[in-house]
Amino acid sequence: MRITCPLCGERDRREFTYKGTARAIPALDAGVGPWDDYVHMRDNLPGAIDEWWQHDMGCGSWLMVTRNTVSHEMIAVVAGEASGLGLAEAQAQAEDQA
Amino acid sequence: MAKDMLELTAKSACAGLLPATIGGITLSEETPAHLTLLAPYKGREAALSAALEAAHGMGFPAPGRATGKAEARAIWFGRAQALLVGPAADAGLAEHAAVTDLTDGWAVVKIEGEAAEDVLARLVPVDLRASVFKRGYTARTELKHMMVSITRTGPKALQIMVFRSLAATLVHDLKRAMEAVAARG
Amino acid sequence: MRVAGKGLVSGNRTVNFSFNGKAYMGLEGDTLASALLANGVHLVGRSFKYHRPRGILTAGSEEPNALVTVGQGGATDPNIRATQQELFEGLAAKSQNCWPSVERDVMALNDLAAPFLGAGFYYKTFMWPAPLWEKLYEPIIRRAAGLGALSGAANKDAYEKAFAFCDLLVIGSGPAGLMAALTAGRAGADVILAEEDSRMGGRLLAEVEDIDGRPARVWVAEALAELEGMENVRLMTRTAITGAYDQGTYSALERVSHHLPPSQSLKTVNRPRECFWRIAAKASVLAAGAIERPIAFRNNDRPGIMTAGAVRAYLNRWGVAPGERVTVFANNDNAHRTARDLVAAGVHVAALIDSRHDAPDGEGFAVIKGAVVCDSAGRQRLESITVRSVNGEEKIQTDCLAMSGGWNPSVHLTCHMNARPQWNRELAAFLPIPGAVPGMVVAGAANGSFSTTGALREGAEAAAQALAQIGTKAEAAAIPVAQDAPYRITPLWAVPGKGRAWLDFQNDVTVKDVNQAAQENFRSVEHMKRYTTQGMATDQGKNSNVAALAVLADATGRSIPETGVTTFRPPFVPTSIAAMAAGAEDQGFKPQRYLTSHPVGLERGAHNIEVGLWYRASYYPKPGESTWKQSCDREVMMVRNAVGVCDVSTLGKIDIKGPDAAKLLDLVYSNTFSTLKLGRVRYGLMLRDDGFVMDDGTTARLGEDHYVMTTTTAAAGQVMSHLEYLTQVVRPDWDVRFTSVTDQWAQFSVAGPKARDLIDGLVDEDVNGETFPFMACGAVTVKGVAGRLFRISFSGEHAYEIAVPARYGEALFRLLTARAEEIGGGPYGLEALNVLRIEKGFITHAEINGTVNAFDLGMQGMVSAKKDCWGKALSEREGLMDEERMRLVGLKPVDHAKEISSGAHLFDPEATVERVNDLGYVTSVGFSPTLGHMIGLAMLSAGPDRMGDTIRLVDHTRGIDTLCEVVNPVFFDPEGGRVRG
Repeated sequence: MRITCPLCGERDRREFTYKGTARAIPALDAGVGPWDDYVHMRDNLPGAIDEWWQHDMGCGSWLMVTRNTVSHEMIAVVAGEASGLGLAEAQAQAEDQA
Repeated sequence: MAKDMLELTAKSACAGLLPATIGGITLSEETPAHLTLLAPYKGREAALSAALEAAHGMGFPAPGRATGKAEARAIWFGRAQALLVGPAADAGLAEHAAVTDLTDGWAVVKIEGEAAEDVLARLVPVDLRASVFKRGYTARTELKHMMVSITRTGPKALQIMVFRSLAATLVHDLKRAMEAVAARG
Repeated sequence: MRVAGKGLVSGNRTVNFSFNGKAYMGLEGDTLASALLANGVHLVGRSFKYHRPRGILTAGSEEPNALVTVGQGGATDPNIRATQQELFEGLAAKSQNCWPSVERDVMALNDLAAPFLGAGFYYKTFMWPAPLWEKLYEPIIRRAAGLGALSGAANKDAYEKAFAFCDLLVIGSGPAGLMAALTAGRAGADVILAEEDSRMGGRLLAEVEDIDGRPARVWVAEALAELEGMENVRLMTRTAITGAYDQGTYSALERVSHHLPPSQSLKTVNRPRECFWRIAAKASVLAAGAIERPIAFRNNDRPGIMTAGAVRAYLNRWGVAPGERVTVFANNDNAHRTARDLVAAGVHVAALIDSRHDAPDGEGFAVIKGAVVCDSAGRQRLESITVRSVNGEEKIQTDCLAMSGGWNPSVHLTCHMNARPQWNRELAAFLPIPGAVPGMVVAGAANGSFSTTGALREGAEAAAQALAQIGTKAEAAAIPVAQDAPYRITPLWAVPGKGRAWLDFQNDVTVKDVNQAAQENFRSVEHMKRYTTQGMATDQGKNSNVAALAVLADATGRSIPETGVTTFRPPFVPTSIAAMAAGAEDQGFKPQRYLTSHPVGLERGAHNIEVGLWYRASYYPKPGESTWKQSCDREVMMVRNAVGVCDVSTLGKIDIKGPDAAKLLDLVYSNTFSTLKLGRVRYGLMLRDDGFVMDDGTTARLGEDHYVMTTTTAAAGQVMSHLEYLTQVVRPDWDVRFTSVTDQWAQFSVAGPKARDLIDGLVDEDVNGETFPFMACGAVTVKGVAGRLFRISFSGEHAYEIAVPARYGEALFRLLTARAEEIGGGPYGLEALNVLRIEKGFITHAEINGTVNAFDLGMQGMVSAKKDCWGKALSEREGLMDEERMRLVGLKPVDHAKEISSGAHLFDPEATVERVNDLGYVTSVGFSPTLGHMIGLAMLSAGPDRMGDTIRLVDHTRGIDTLCEVVNPVFFDPEGGRVRG
């Protein structure tokens, strides 16, 4: 398996570490319910899925990799900061700047 | 122990391990005077590059590239950071970037020879052939199990950097691959 | 028997070798198989289950029978295919699976018991009594069956792994592969041409035919010369592509030195035996050819019965006639070439038996049409066959039968990513489906194009098509003029009749076994495979799977496509674990991280212990100390009474800078760091997203926007990755930068009542209680070197950590230890460090084991109520603050002489020792020389409420059963006076 790092180009999977499902992070003060859902609940459907992979043996980037778990097709890779999954105030600030 | 022996003497990362020559490939330690990590603050990339140009004669490198020459080089060193190799970093750079001294944090070795690429092909999962990985190219990748920075410094020469504590393993792994390549004849 | 004037072997270069101890002579260019056949040796081994005499069946990597053992001692290689083993001077090979010899094998008795040994025999027979399976049946069965044996000695041979990259990987170098490589090479593409044989050319080396009016081998030589002249083309012989993986990754096994005499010179002793390649190819052309299938008939497994293509290959490539009176049995036109070539070479062909009534006539040999071979005779070598036709049965004397049931395209690699091949009625074969492996185009015989012209044309087209996918345009090459005969076939899988007709030669599976499987309702092809073991040997049924499923289809009244195929999985050829694991032995298993003080430890005879990748001194023995405990006790007391020096550089150190550095620390730590004063250090706790403790450590504030974080040795990488997550994903808007400086600084703990005396003499600055109170930090000059000093303690003593750039680490450690010794101190190792911290109730990852939260550690106060932090939300879950949870306590044995152990479980003394009564477990123990008895830390249900209670500690593994008192985890100096003093 090979992953195309936006900074380093296509690299062998061994340079990356799987870091779990990528999904929107609840606000820190959202309470137990949303956090429990975020940490523990997964749909686990076959097909396209967003995952975190860190290029830890390369440039260190956290990457959101969209991958088809049935065909193994690599659909998209975006840098962590461009994933739009960060905390709401971070996104709001980013939008302000844009 | 005599008092005069008790002063602090410096020891390089690969002291006692290198140089080594096997089958026409040489491995030697490089000891640049300074290694300084430059990580530009938000929106300061251009300012840092200009300051770097003014102070040391090279711009901030793009991902996968190195700028400058042998005496003073800026190597892209991962996401949003570069390593200034050689000169002491100008104090003014700290205005634009987090400036961190790593002179003692990394071991630096040079592998040189006709088959240097073949040796690294045994250890590194990146295409380092001169036709693809040209002079001025650099990569953050792994060598066997170690995180490394690899930079082409000449047609048959590559610079490899690992965490200082891993120097012995780096030399061990490279020598083994050098022996295997040499033994193929 | 050699045939003069035939073959590509060198007629005048002889090579001496031995087989089963007997000396023979072959020619340069021979394989062991061709040399044995040239010497008239057909019997080479015994079959897996019935110990039937077996000979050479094929001429390639698909060989099921001719497996031999090469080499001696630790360098023994079992299961080497004689058809691939190239001859070298002094090669010594021997047969397998026979005793005392291949000619007289006592286990051949199995063959007589055959009626009882069919499919499912083991399952039905060795069922009861169950305990006997492991103790009796399995060992006996394993001894009786099986292939070659390992030597039992460590293998000192070198193996290696390597990576390669290309635009186009061409798999196979027959007409299709060569044309593909030429087309891509001429287009300037970066090409790798991989061929599992020692010589490029594929089937063209084994056939008599012309290309562009010249012998095919001349065209091959010219093509290779052109390819060798291209800088953008790499030719890899002896390299089998073993697997196709995601995103254009291919694995390959290169047999680097199997064809060379054992290494003797120093220069070649490191020469790898095999190299396991990982090739990343943007596109590929699969031109792996096809594999011929035998026909199942009674006793079709005798030495001398071979595939027709193999007989032709031995004749044309190696100049060997495998018999003097050859017969051919076929259901297709292709096999007629065998008879034609033999006759042309002057070898007698007794008859060609063709099952088709419309078979072509022979040119110089008799063709018996509409007939089948229904039996054979000859114990250790074929003597005759029985032919059945409308005229009845007839015996024909023959010493070699060349059989062909047609050809199976080598579609294996196209199936490695889950695709299934499709049945083609006309060719009676499974063909690959297009797009089975992204980026791969199939050409030639592998795609069912069995004529040379078809292969050449498809090779060129496949290369152009494959390159077009990656945006490289290739000129259409002129297709050479070549043989374009149609491939006519009428399926014949098994000749009906009594007796055993072999399908899978390597696993001894017969038509009867497959029928029996169907009868017992193992009707799915995957069930049949597992019940009969069809295709499960090292050859993976390369020449038997299709016939077996055809037999199954027949037995179950279904069509072949309905029956389907079993799954082809990597590796395509047997691949030694040694090659896949190359470089992972000894020091190569994992990197070693060495401290700057390591040489000093070695000089002092320190015993090292691995901590993650680090090597740390566990204790420094003094003369007269014979156990680690003696050294450890002394070192602990040395720290408590004078001063000790310990290398603590393994702790993760992360340098954090930027306007938002404080915000990041407030997010990652449960407690607050934005309020930390400049020049001060604070202890912090980090939580995972689920609210449990991730790590702990201290962080120092060196500047307004500059912190240095310390992590535990174990979690350094995890914390670094976590910070990267928080800054790249969670708060990418923050302006903060950090990097690991773990290796930059050599950092030593100086601990004990005399710590300041030691520091005073080394540091230029005035270090006293006012300039450096407890938890102070700052820049200092150490003997003229810019360093850092932290007044922190992991021992409960007045202590410092002093840091200098790593190049000075060894010198400073020497200096510190020498000076310490002058005042009654010295170095201490990890064992003493551990005892010192247990005495103080300080936690490590023995306590922070992933199931423990701040409340459990009595640190709930460290989860700030005034701010949010990572993990806080779930740390507040109901139940995580339950008083009954297992919580941190100290333990000491009621009888001070008693032993306690970590990993032991805790019970109420009144309760029975069983799981339901388990109240907790011990995390850390040590002998406290300070207190004179063992002490421990434990996680105990409602622990803090049980202070003073007696608890029973049970360790079944070590046989320890000790009553303990539950105490405060801080055993020593609970007021903390010493650390501040």
